Amino acid sequence: MRVFKLSRPGSRVVAAIILIVGLLAIAPVGAQAPSGINPTAQAVNEQQLLDELSKIQGRITIPDKKAATLQQPQGRDFRGFHEGVLPWIGAIAVLGMLVVLALFYFIRGRVRMLIPESGVKLLRFNVIERLAHWTTATAFIVLAITGLNFVFGKRILMPLIGADAFSSWSQWAKYAHDFLSWAFMLGVLAILVMWVWGNLPDRYDAHWLKVGGGLFDKSNRTHPPAARFNAGQKLIFWSVILGGATLSVSGIFMLFPFAYTDVNGMQLAQTIHAVVGVLMIAVILGHIYIGTLGMEGAYEAMGSGTVDLNWAKQHHSVWVERQEAKATPSRTAATPAE
Amino acid sequence: MARMKFLCDADRCIECNACVTACKNEHDVPWGINRRRVVTINDGKPGERSVSMACMHCTDAPCAAVCPVDCFYTTADAVVLHSKDLCIGCGYCFYACPFGAPQYPRVGNFGSRGKMDKCTFCAGGPEQDSTEVEYAKYGANRLAEGKLPLCAEMCSTKSLLAGDGEIIAAIYKERVIQRGYGSGAWGWQTAYRETITV
Repeated sequence: MRVFKLSRPGSRVVAAIILIVGLLAIAPVGAQAPSGINPTAQAVNEQQLLDELSKIQGRITIPDKKAATLQQPQGRDFRGFHEGVLPWIGAIAVLGMLVVLALFYFIRGRVRMLIPESGVKLLRFNVIERLAHWTTATAFIVLAITGLNFVFGKRILMPLIGADAFSSWSQWAKYAHDFLSWAFMLGVLAILVMWVWGNLPDRYDAHWLKVGGGLFDKSNRTHPPAARFNAGQKLIFWSVILGGATLSVSGIFMLFPFAYTDVNGMQLAQTIHAVVGVLMIAVILGHIYIGTLGMEGAYEAMGSGTVDLNWAKQHHSVWVERQEAKATPSRTAATPAE
Repeated sequence: MARMKFLCDADRCIECNACVTACKNEHDVPWGINRRRVVTINDGKPGERSVSMACMHCTDAPCAAVCPVDCFYTTADAVVLHSKDLCIGCGYCFYACPFGAPQYPRVGNFGSRGKMDKCTFCAGGPEQDSTEVEYAKYGANRLAEGKLPLCAEMCSTKSLLAGDGEIIAAIYKERVIQRGYGSGAWGWQTAYRETITV
């Protein structure tokens, strides 16, 4: 058995150092007096913590990790936005759009067909496209109404029907909002896959936008050329895709609360969801207007799926040319490049 | 009428969690719901402090403001209560609450959380005082019996104080002067827009 030998000169030095260091470490403890020490000298201070970190977090002994946040004054800011700013954004966006559309209707009037219908019908949207559109549309209308209920219900509906009836309605509205969101998300995905190619920018867009698509020509004579989707429709398409994606992501955060983020992330998700939601409602109101009341012959495209040839020539001249070229391929195919 | 408040003297709290247990037992609070909890800050470091936290019964309560069905109300004692019959479990009150007080029985099924539950300052709910139906939904109504919240009554170090804001502020002030230090009335500035200056 090996024994540690202190006789080596090097070992003595090491032992001396250990002893001195040890004594130095013990010395202050011995010198500490029971009184005269402020035990809070190093204590955490609420205001200091809030100033440094903006919220106070600690350790807890229960499984709920959210409970470790002792204080998040940001809740007051969330409330300030939710009850102060959001209702105004919503009211201005939705009512403002309705006023603009009413003015447009009364001043500009409907976009009319100047030439009579030809009787020849062109298939514009097949049954799959219409199904995807109407699934998304129906889901969106329910989501919009139940979503607005979260902001304006207690201000408008509750005084009319009473707290109990309003609560029952809101409970169902919430379930509808949570469950129909999946139909909406699926619909937006289908729309993206089906129509993204037709909605990429093309050479007709700049001119179309320059003349405002002929929307502001009361004589109905301005008809800028457009392919399957004109620049206005492309704006709607990309609004739906980008707005829908934002609503979907922020919505999923709320469908699975605290699964991906903390309380401040949830506040942000709710704020983004609400703002994008009311803006989308305004955009879709414009879309509904021009697709029904605003333009003669427009509804048929998504209703029956077919449009009259003359309507198509007026509004989507390039698309008609391409469709006709496709129908009679011999003309173009007969002259191959040499 | 008194303006009821909670005050946790963090320099006295020993993180025994008796307040949490007392609350759970008194109100028969379901598993997973914590109306009161103890958070330890700087755990294991010099200057560690524990704070017992529940609903602070805020002045101009943010939860009540953001509720889409207006299910909150404030009693004459300034206790913030809510109706579980009206609550739709949307979760907004948790986002707005600076203290993480609102609790929900469920999380799953796309955020259908069930009726919100939170500290009632042992004052029950909108039902008839001290009835079985009130107890089942909101727990005991000690205030109606002339008693203060059990969490504070049970506190072994008398760290947690509950009662009339002015009285508990005076007690805390006296303590701070006597012992010469105090880490402050936690949450008061956020909840009541005022703090205790010594």
